[in-house]
Formats: sequence, structure tokens, C-alpha cells
Amino acid sequence: MSITLSMLAEAAAQVAAQPKAGSPIALTMFFGFVGLTLLITFWAAKKNTGASAYFAAGRSITGWQNGLAVAGDYMSAASFLGISGAICLNGYDGFMYSVGFLVAYITVLLVVAEPLRNAGKYTMADLLAYRLKPRPVRAMASLSTLTVSTFYMIAQMVGAGVIIEKLIGASFHVAVIGVGVLMLVYVVFGGMLATTWVQIIKAILLMIGAFMLSFLVLKHHGYSIVNFFDSISAATYAGTEAAKNLLEPGLQYGKAVKGPWGPTDFLSLSLALVLGTAGLPHILVRFYTVPDAKTARSSVVWAMAIIGIFYILTTFFGFGAATILQKAQILSDGKPNPNMVAPVLAQFLGGELFFAFISAVAFATILAVVAGLTMSASASFAHDFYSNVIHHGKENRPGQEVKVARITAFVVGAVSISIAIYLGPSVNAAFLVGLAFAVAASANLPVIVLSVFWKRFNTTGATAGLSVGLASAIILILLSKNGPAFLGHPFPLENPGIVSIPLGFLAAYLGTILTKRDPEAEAKFAELTVRAHTGLGAEKAVAH
Amino acid sequence: MSDQKSPVNWDALEAKPEFRSLVSRKTRFIVSATIFFMAYYLALPVLVGWFPELMKTQVLGKVNIAYIFALSQFLMAWIIAFMYVRKASAWDKEAAAVIKDHH
Repeated sequence: MSITLSMLAEAAAQVAAQPKAGSPIALTMFFGFVGLTLLITFWAAKKNTGASAYFAAGRSITGWQNGLAVAGDYMSAASFLGISGAICLNGYDGFMYSVGFLVAYITVLLVVAEPLRNAGKYTMADLLAYRLKPRPVRAMASLSTLTVSTFYMIAQMVGAGVIIEKLIGASFHVAVIGVGVLMLVYVVFGGMLATTWVQIIKAILLMIGAFMLSFLVLKHHGYSIVNFFDSISAATYAGTEAAKNLLEPGLQYGKAVKGPWGPTDFLSLSLALVLGTAGLPHILVRFYTVPDAKTARSSVVWAMAIIGIFYILTTFFGFGAATILQKAQILSDGKPNPNMVAPVLAQFLGGELFFAFISAVAFATILAVVAGLTMSASASFAHDFYSNVIHHGKENRPGQEVKVARITAFVVGAVSISIAIYLGPSVNAAFLVGLAFAVAASANLPVIVLSVFWKRFNTTGATAGLSVGLASAIILILLSKNGPAFLGHPFPLENPGIVSIPLGFLAAYLGTILTKRDPEAEAKFAELTVRAHTGLGAEKAVAH
Repeated sequence: MSDQKSPVNWDALEAKPEFRSLVSRKTRFIVSATIFFMAYYLALPVLVGWFPELMKTQVLGKVNIAYIFALSQFLMAWIIAFMYVRKASAWDKEAAAVIKDHH
């Protein structure tokens, strides 16, 4: 994941010819958005009675609403700001992220969304623990969930700090703490219902922003698609650079740029993108918020429509930026700064008001994603670890699980804020996002697939798959060029997926066949199959 | 589960021929769709990475094979989703028939 937030370090520095931060319009829009989301939280807090309301919004979200919320949960600041910057600077290779982020949803649609909704309750581990020994499986799944969510969240927080610093002029610390506190208010008081609506509003704002930016880019090219493609095939950054064909692949991962391992790294990244999404806990828990599996299915379809359109539009504001903006406008300290490409483009094409709007969209994007991450991390700790691992699945007092989740949200929030501030604006956030996708694909996906499709699968196989997938992804990233210097960077790829995903599957397979059969797990396979395919006995929606 | 009124005989339901047939048809669709989409999707990084000159061939004005193939991935994803949803609504009815005594 060398694009996305990788240049955040530079973002902290001054950017040439950039809009001045903290304009009154930008501040008004920021506070308008914050005020609206706080009202929603207040409304949601009154409806939050009981665990299913808190963790799963009462399972009462409709298909299109959940589709928007999945899109809002998924399209992070890395997608919007990072991809438009990556395409502007690296052309076609940046667009590959756009492709992978959509195609990934086929796996979600075909393999995970419906069985999860039918057999689970609040977390990813519910499906895994269904017929296996719950304690070891839940403990490992919870560890993997917390790892993925925390790494992802720190990346978002650092990104948030840097971007908000640039956009409204708050300092890095103030911005990180501000985002952290707001996210905690949504999650602790408003639960999944408030989180859902923050994500829905954000998705709508983001789509409006994307359409407006694309329209203005097309207008700049005389409303002609032919003119547009002619310009990007000889992009000159507004005449400041020699013409370069950005539609040609290889500017980022080609052998000439990246060396002999470039194409393999590209393939490895593509694998992690396409298989990681179906293992991202904060995406998976969204399917518990709908009344049944049929609605879960339709919400994936809605999400695929929205996410697909958005990523196709990155063609316009990603490639388009390279024909409109000067290199000087997207540089900071002499290095390209991908995260500011979209806001600078907005300012150039639409003036101060549009810049303020796109800045507010970026802010909303960050908040919606971190709220979703905190929600899934705290649900996993409370439901998997506290209730099921420590208390053997018996809730001592009603409401205990929700209480623990709220406390966990505080802890997760405080830890992420502290780590983000400790690491500071110069941390390589792409490293953390890459880790999150690699762990999700290598640890979570193999065991989800095998527990649904393979009767013989047993507890040892599940814990082996989870731990080997988790460990191999982390170790390989530490050994890559993004790892610490003292390890010597022996692993030639930045993206470990091509090695760690097969290892995750292999460990799950070997762990199963090398240990004795588990008659209990195999006996429950019939029950899981019937539940997964028919929805019989699935958790019902609560009436409001 | 606590919301079950009477205990369900899961094994008997699972053993029903119509359920077995439903699951095997569903699985066959999911497996073949997955093999197809993974092959189609991974062809993109493979072709772009190892055959860049071929992919740079311009076919529609300045638009090259690489971009068209990337754009076709979106269409491919939507088409598979559409096919799955159409089949799944028929499967929903069959699944409902299997468990009709339990509702």
C-alpha cells in the first residue's frame, strides 16, 4: 500500500500555492456536519435499549441504507484522498486500487454476507465459533479483529490529524484528539445506530463531492470525453512538466521503476485487496444490522453500485488533476503530496466554497470510518472475549455486554489517540493500512470460508489458520522494506499477501487434517448449513 | 437458540433431498463464479505486470487495452452480482419451502 497515506509525513509541511487553512466557510461546514451528527447521536441514544440495539442497530436498517453505510464504512480517506492523489501522480497503477476495492465485494456477496447474517449475532467470530470450540476460536478471532481494527484506526487517525491540520488549521494533536473524542461520542452514546447514520450521510456527501468534482473536470475539457482522454494520455500538469501518458501501466509498479519484483508486488497487492475486504471486521458487522439475509444481500448490491460508481469517477478527478493542476500546487517540500490533490483541485475548479465542501467531506469520511472501526473492535472484545472467553457465554447481568463494549470503546479510542500522537504525523500510515488488509485476508478469510464450506474443519485448524495468517502477515511486513531497519529488509515485497494468504489457508488445512476428527463440530455442520442457507433460527429484528 | 419454540431436527432438514440439491446447486454456482472472477481479476495485474507493451496498445482513440480491461472489471463485478441476485431469489423460495413446517 505505498500510495494512500504514505506521504502523510510530507503533508505536515507547508504546501506551495495551497488554499489557506481555517477559512470561515470551511469552519462553518465542519461545525455544521459535527452538529448534525451530534443530533443524530442524541436521537440514536434514546433508541439504544438492549444489546441488539447497541451492537446491531436493532437489525432494523434497510437494504439501501445499509448499502450506503457499507460504502461509507469502506471508502476511507485513503480511498478518496489517497487514490485521487495516486492516480494524479502515478496514473494507471493508482487506478488499480479502484478496481480491487470494488471487485472485492464479489467475495463479500457470494461467500460471507448471508451465512454471517444467518448464523451470527454481533461479530465475525460468531460464525467461526458456531460449531467449533468457542473459547480458543473466539480468543484468536478477537485478537485478529482488534489487530486489524487498531492498525486501520491508527492509520486513519494519523491521516485525520494531518489532513485536518491542513484544512482547518488545527494543530496535529488537537485534530487527532478532536476526531477521537467525536468518534467516541458517536460510538459510546449512539452505538451502531448513530454510527450507521454518520456513515450514510458521509457516503451521500462523498458521492455528491465526487460527482461535482468529475463534472467540473469534464467541463474544463469542454464536456468532451475524447478531449479528456487525449489530455491524460499526454498529461503535462498544466504545462509545467514534459507530457506523460498516464494511461500506461507501470509508472509505480513497473520493472523499470520498482525493479524485478515490481509486478509480483502488484499481484500480491491485488490479492490482498480482493480477499482482504471480506475479512475486515468493521465491514462484516454491518451485515448484522439488517433484518435478514435477503436484505444483507441487497445491501451488498447497493454498496457495489455506489462503490463502483465512486471508483469509476476517480478516473476524472484522479487522472484529470494531472491535466489541470501544476506540479507545484501538489508538492510539499519538493515531494508530491497525494493527499492534497482532491482538495486543491476542488479549490482550483470551484473556488473557496467548493474547497470548504470537499474538506468537510474528507473530515466526514474519516469520522465515519473510525466510528465503524471502534464499533467493531469494542463489540468483538465485549462479545467474544469478555462474555464468551472469560464468562463462558453466560452474561452475568443483563446489559453487562453493552457496558463492557462502551468501556472498551473508550480504551480503544484512548489507545489509538495516544499511539497516533506518539507516532506523530511522520508515521508511514500506508504500512498500517497494508497490514490491516493483509491480516484480514490471511487470517480471517481462510477460516470464514472453511468453516462454512468444509465439514471436517476443526478447532485446531481454525486457531492454526488464524494465528499463522496473523503472524505471517505481520512478520513479512516487518521484514519488508517498510519494516524497521535493524531487520535488514530481507523480504522483497511490500505486500505480503501472495505468501501469507496461502499460508493462512495451508495452516487451517494442515491443522485440521493432522489432528483427530471432531465429531461434535462435524455433527453441527448440518445445523450450520441449514441455518446459513435458510435463515432458520436467525437473530430477529427488534421492533421499535 | 432462545427464539426457537420447539427444537428443530437439523439433521433431518439437512438430509432432505430438496435441501441437498439446493445446497449443491448453490455451491456449484458460487465455486464457478469465484474461479471465474478471480481468474478474470488476477489476469489484470499479470498482464499489466508482465506484458505491459501489449496492454499499452491504443484501441479507442488514446484509450489503451489496459484501461479498457480495468474498466471491464467493474462491469464484470456488476454482472456477477446481478446473476447471483437473480438466482438467489429463486433459491430463497426453495429454502423457504424446506423449512415451511418450522414457521
